[in-house]
Amino acid sequence: MTISFFIIAAITIVGTAAAMSLKNLVHCVLSLTLGLVGLALLFLLLGAQFVGFTQILVYVGAVAILAVFAIMMTRSAEPMTNLPPASFRLSGVLIAATVFAVLAWAISSATRSLPSQSSQPEVSVNQIGVALMHQFVLPLEVIGVLLTAALVGAAILAMDETGASR
Amino acid sequence: MPEIIDQIFVLLKHWLMGYVPSLLKPVVSAILSVVPVLLAFPLLFAITTVLERKGLGRMQNRYGPNRVGPFGFLQPMADGIKSLTKEDIIPRTADHLVHLLAPVVIVIASFLVYAVLPIGRNMVIANLNAGVLFFFAVGSMVELSVFMAGWSSRSKYSLLGAMRAIAQMISYEIPLVLASIVVIMAAGSLSTVTIVNLQATYTGIFPHWYVFTPWGLTGFIIFMIAATAESNRCPFDLPEGESEIIAGYYIEYSGFKFALFFLGEYLGMFATSAMAITLFLGGWAAPFSFLTWIPSYVWFFAKLLALICAFIWIRGTLPRLRMDQLMNFAWKFMLPLSLINIFAAGVWHYMPAGASRWLVVTLVIAVACVLLSRGLRRNQWFHVRTYRFAS
Amino acid sequence: MLGQGILKGLAETARNFFGSYINKDRLTTVQFPEERLPQIEATRDFPFLVYDGTDWDQGMRCVSCQICEKECPPKCIYIVKSADKKPDATGKPQFYPARFDIDISVCMSCQICVEVCPFDAIKMDVDFELSTTDRFGGLLLNKQQLAKSNEYYNKIHPTEAAAVDAALADERAKADAKLRQAAEAKAAAAAAPPTPPAEKTVVQ
Repeated sequence: MTISFFIIAAITIVGTAAAMSLKNLVHCVLSLTLGLVGLALLFLLLGAQFVGFTQILVYVGAVAILAVFAIMMTRSAEPMTNLPPASFRLSGVLIAATVFAVLAWAISSATRSLPSQSSQPEVSVNQIGVALMHQFVLPLEVIGVLLTAALVGAAILAMDETGASR
Repeated sequence: MPEIIDQIFVLLKHWLMGYVPSLLKPVVSAILSVVPVLLAFPLLFAITTVLERKGLGRMQNRYGPNRVGPFGFLQPMADGIKSLTKEDIIPRTADHLVHLLAPVVIVIASFLVYAVLPIGRNMVIANLNAGVLFFFAVGSMVELSVFMAGWSSRSKYSLLGAMRAIAQMISYEIPLVLASIVVIMAAGSLSTVTIVNLQATYTGIFPHWYVFTPWGLTGFIIFMIAATAESNRCPFDLPEGESEIIAGYYIEYSGFKFALFFLGEYLGMFATSAMAITLFLGGWAAPFSFLTWIPSYVWFFAKLLALICAFIWIRGTLPRLRMDQLMNFAWKFMLPLSLINIFAAGVWHYMPAGASRWLVVTLVIAVACVLLSRGLRRNQWFHVRTYRFAS
Repeated sequence: MLGQGILKGLAETARNFFGSYINKDRLTTVQFPEERLPQIEATRDFPFLVYDGTDWDQGMRCVSCQICEKECPPKCIYIVKSADKKPDATGKPQFYPARFDIDISVCMSCQICVEVCPFDAIKMDVDFELSTTDRFGGLLLNKQQLAKSNEYYNKIHPTEAAAVDAALADERAKADAKLRQAAEAKAAAAAAPPTPPAEKTVVQ
């Protein structure tokens, strides 16, 4: 358990760190993908099969490809020569530290409020489906409407103005 | 006796496991499960290449390979030796690491999906709770390797091929998944083993395969069309259209890396075919109850070979699609039809069993199919082509 | 109905597939090394040198005029003219090629050498199985490799060779007739009393 955890954690951290530090944008995306795979493996290690596989399906299969497409279509994948100014970096570090602090506080307080017995709950796909369709049906539908709106917006943006009648 | 033959590989593994010290048991068990799959499917790949070349030859009134070995059946050996001994050329401006990793990733992803495919009764590497999801998740990694191959080669053709391949794979992955959802709805489980076990029962002599329902048949057809597109096979072989972009994303690969791509592509085709068998054609179950004495793995491979032959037949028949036809077909026909199919499966589930639900569901699907195909045809009339940028 | 054409096409390929097992006439492939198609007469690939008689060196028609060498567009012919003369097949003393090489890796099979040869000494071959393990030396053919008999020429291009043979025989007959005439004239001149024509010829 611990050995595999450390290996997977190392993969995740190396992947995400490389995603921030590499020069070539495509390399960044590929190493980010590695980090996402590591995250998925962490989920699997915790016994959350559904979340783990969904992580791979959505992030590796779709989001990474989307990022790659975005890079290929907006700017050249050549390594950047001009680095961002120092103030950018400083503010970046500040934001990262703040986010980390908030998350750490949230997680540590959440673990305190949890019941002490830590038996792994067996969450099956069935239960997730039932929860989504009963307890969380409104948020699910709202997300669905939001995504549909985004899709329609994207289609309108991509529509050829001259040939709109077709 | 038939039970023993049916379970012979399982029993063999148990017998071998008896001699293994308990500390090594998990490792040896994994190796004993994985190695046969790693041997069987590349062997099937070798057989398929010969069958494909011979079959295509016969469809075009040629002989096909007939020189190496009896009837040319040792041709894959010769091909393998050739590709192993060929020079491995890497373009000078290529991204060396990514260029090297791409074929490795595609082969790994293609092999990983076999973990959840039940090859026979009790013969599956990992019975995952979310097996079908695992299949599609790992299968989506292929797209990434295709992009890696196309981008790292630093060639126009490979980049174009990769872009085409990714666009096509993403478009057809949606109908692929939606087509399999009907089965998941009916089975109420994402586990491939459970899905097959549910189909391996019989009423009289007829089995309960999902393909023998209106929504199952539609789902199976959609799944197979999408699987053809996913595995970049004819008539959806635009990403590697030899006449336009030579070989697409693996144009800059030679020697063994090229062979790895080839292997990965065929393994992907077998895997999606095997998934179609698992979901719709009853997996390892015999087609009639009186044929259950034939071992389950024989049935699985017989079905797989039948689907492969169908793939070859299609390849020998149809010409390549154009890019806009491909996309129109995916988004204007396959996607709506698979959504309606899900609806039809829901109707089937809530209607009382009998002739009435057969009628209603068939009608729903048939009307949708006719209307959608008319919509697809409407834009097909010849018209003067306008060029946006040239004029 | 969507998909009707696909079914029609599938039926067609299936018919071809099974038909090729039933009806052997469908298969148009010629199993090459074992079976061969008859060669058409106009086949040509690389030039060779024709010789008359049985001895290839003695009977070679080439008189080393080097026209082909000059005309060859890719310059694949290399000739060294002999210093002395040697009697040819008819016994007439002629120059002969001390060296005659053709690099068939350069040759483009244009047949210009054949067109320009005034002696019908170079003709096009039909032998196409020329692969060697040595791509430089193996494809540079020397005089002996190039020499092939007139009978061989008659075999590969019968009509053309018959015409060439007839023309050559005709020419030879004419030359013989001329020679005979000249000899007769000489004999007649020798018989007649000597006249002083020497000055006239000089003037002319």
